[in-house]
Amino acid sequence: MFDTLSGRLDEIFTRLRGRGRLNEKQVDEVLREIRLALLDADVSLRVVKAFVKDVRERAAGAEIHKSLTPAQQVIKLVHAALIDMLGKKASGLAHADRPPRIILIAGLQGSGKTTAAAKLARLLKSQGRRPLLAACDLQRPAAIRQLQILGEQAGVPTHAEPDAADPVAVAGRALALSRGEGYTDLIVDTAGRLNVDRELMAQLAQIHDALDPTETLLVCDAMTGQEAVNVAEAFSSEVEVTGVILTKLDGDARGGAALSMTYVTGRPIKFAGVGEKLADLEAFYPDRMASRILGMGDVLTLIEKAESAFDEAEAKKMEEKLRKADFTFEDFLSQMQALKKMGPMSQVLGMLPGMSKLPVGDMQIDEQLPRIEAIIRSMTMQERNNPHLIKGSRRSRIARGSGTSVQEVNKLVKQFDDVRKMVKMMSSGKAGGGMRLPGGLKVPPNLGL
Amino acid sequence: MLEGLLPQILVGLALVLLVIGVVAARRRRPSGRRGATRMKDLEAMERAGRTAVETPTRAERDKGEEEEGEAREQEGDKGEEEEGEAREQEAGPLPETAEAAAPPRPTLRDRLVKSRRFFAARLSEAFGGGVDEDTWEDLEAALIQADVGVETSTKIVARLQVAAKERGVSDAAELKGLLAEELIALFDSVELGRDRALAFAPEPPTVWLVVGVNGTGKTTTIGKLASDLSHRGKGVALAAADTFRAAADEQLQVWARRSSAQLVRHQPGADPGAVAFDAFRFARARGLDVLLIDTAGRLHTKTPLMDELSKIRRVVEKEGSVTEALLVLDATAGQNGLAQARKFTQAAGVTGVVLTKLDGSAKGGIALAIESELGLPIKLIGVGEGIDDLEPFDPKTFVDALLS
Repeated sequence: MFDTLSGRLDEIFTRLRGRGRLNEKQVDEVLREIRLALLDADVSLRVVKAFVKDVRERAAGAEIHKSLTPAQQVIKLVHAALIDMLGKKASGLAHADRPPRIILIAGLQGSGKTTAAAKLARLLKSQGRRPLLAACDLQRPAAIRQLQILGEQAGVPTHAEPDAADPVAVAGRALALSRGEGYTDLIVDTAGRLNVDRELMAQLAQIHDALDPTETLLVCDAMTGQEAVNVAEAFSSEVEVTGVILTKLDGDARGGAALSMTYVTGRPIKFAGVGEKLADLEAFYPDRMASRILGMGDVLTLIEKAESAFDEAEAKKMEEKLRKADFTFEDFLSQMQALKKMGPMSQVLGMLPGMSKLPVGDMQIDEQLPRIEAIIRSMTMQERNNPHLIKGSRRSRIARGSGTSVQEVNKLVKQFDDVRKMVKMMSSGKAGGGMRLPGGLKVPPNLGL
Repeated sequence: MLEGLLPQILVGLALVLLVIGVVAARRRRPSGRRGATRMKDLEAMERAGRTAVETPTRAERDKGEEEEGEAREQEGDKGEEEEGEAREQEAGPLPETAEAAAPPRPTLRDRLVKSRRFFAARLSEAFGGGVDEDTWEDLEAALIQADVGVETSTKIVARLQVAAKERGVSDAAELKGLLAEELIALFDSVELGRDRALAFAPEPPTVWLVVGVNGTGKTTTIGKLASDLSHRGKGVALAAADTFRAAADEQLQVWARRSSAQLVRHQPGADPGAVAFDAFRFARARGLDVLLIDTAGRLHTKTPLMDELSKIRRVVEKEGSVTEALLVLDATAGQNGLAQARKFTQAAGVTGVVLTKLDGSAKGGIALAIESELGLPIKLIGVGEGIDDLEPFDPKTFVDALLS
């Protein structure tokens, strides 16, 4: 619905151009945009209100940096405030006084508890620990089986009692077992329960009391809406929540629930689920999440990936070529190989700020790329280095060679040339924000650079 | 921080732009931007009525299929024709049940008591005294907190303000009645009422495909649907086409036993399309009435997995017709629910939404946005973990329950 927050703020400040410091009315306008952006990212209203108040106070005392535009300054301020609220840095699991460390997993139905439990078990095992899983979800059909299978995949044993009826008793026996057999960690999976279900919430408290866990982790779906505050409140009033696992972060939800969760529980998000494989559990990075909530894209992750994929000296050379529009199809091909190392193109694009607004998913970029590559590979080295040579019979030869059409070859050559020119303009700083791409797509301003 | 990395970023960016530019140009048709015709404005929605609302969704879907390649195009068109015919055949099962058997179990109203309590608290705040500026603000806040979304909430409040002025409403209680009217009108405006029934195929087996992101309650919904169908004397087959999640087939098996349905399953990791196809042939050979296909939860952003859904549908439509593709949506979902609905509609031709977990304190306000922005009818609601906890969606009951 809205563009990125930075885009919206840019608009406001463009209107206000030429004036020095912001007056109160303008600050109000800016804060209104921030409020809308946060609500649109599913941050709970109550949390938004508290947050906006915080930002207003910060803005009043903020120093003015000459080097930053007002929009950048506000974004920086908001970003910092978000990070503060989300917890400053990634935090791991607490240590138990004596083993086993007991980790209780709780949450709503379908939030991803069983998967998270298994992922955590796998992670601990990979760190050289000896975890035991306990299947205390006796509610959902085949939940025990699911945990057993995932446990097997993770190479972690599962304590399960398929015919048991009382999860509190199962948890107790799992604890005794983990103590008796010297496990370092006990991860207890529980049934999903609604925060308004008194009976099941009381049962959770019983399990908690029976175990006296080191960590009680609340599992929360990143796609959760306003409800997040109520869930966090209900669970943390019933048991002492020590942290949150945010799941399904590999989707395109802005994940405002993260902010609601940390605000209400006062506890950090300890892990993020980022995929369907058992290895897809990551430490939670507040700074990245802050960018994501603001719609700034996951620039930091992108930078990290770029660092490992591109050779720095090579990249410098390429940059030079780009600046002079000397970039050739051959360069494109070689850089594309490097880019591929960063993961599927659609995923990489998703991390770019503003790109979430482009119909990237619909374009099936990863399916299209091989065709583009095929066309380039059907060119001779001379043609790749001198695209202007590609005319007439060369075109039809390339089309035949790549199994495409002359039109497609034409289009590629034309687009390539256009983009080359555009990048040259961009890198020489001539173009302002919001350029039009040849395909008619608008490039968002301030791509985080 | 970024200075040192500038070359890498610039090169990466250039490549990305290049790819986007090229790919976009390749995929873009000369006329008609994707989504340009999508109707967002609620007022326009109301005026336009059903056919006009349906057009963009259909057009979009056709467009999507067009772009998938020609083979797909033909199949897709054929499927849609069949589907169109099929849908007129028979009225859905659940509304019948609702009228026929006076349910001994608690009504939706009772079940919604929690969400009602909270929402009502907000509203009584709003309607506490006379109508003033704060009333409107509280009202908007209440709607936003029900996950209706900022845009829709603002529009509703704006319209309510106009309506209140016209009718000279200054009393808070009256205003509440007016709000209920407005909300119901939003559901009715898309005039999808008759489409809330589930469609049967002219020739059995009728096939209903159930899709959604992970953890929304697809398998549970199928169990409940199967039970309802069985109770009304239909022969039901379940296809365990979620071959990805550990023990998903075993979970479905439990539901099959509870609802006396037949289960068709393969090995874990098997091709879901193959499971669906086998299940279809099985259902046809056994003369069963309805085949429910359970699919693996998938995030709508994962293109290959979404393609897999299209394939499941395509494969079944080689020999039969999928008359319903139901998107299962968690009532706790926030604004991302809209993106889900869009993407699943593109991939699987969603015909209706099942809103689950409405027995919690989540208000499911995103349902409003999905109906009004995408014209996708909410067909069923899930109100508990029991086998009977599935009900037809009724806007009036839904809105009444929320506001009373």
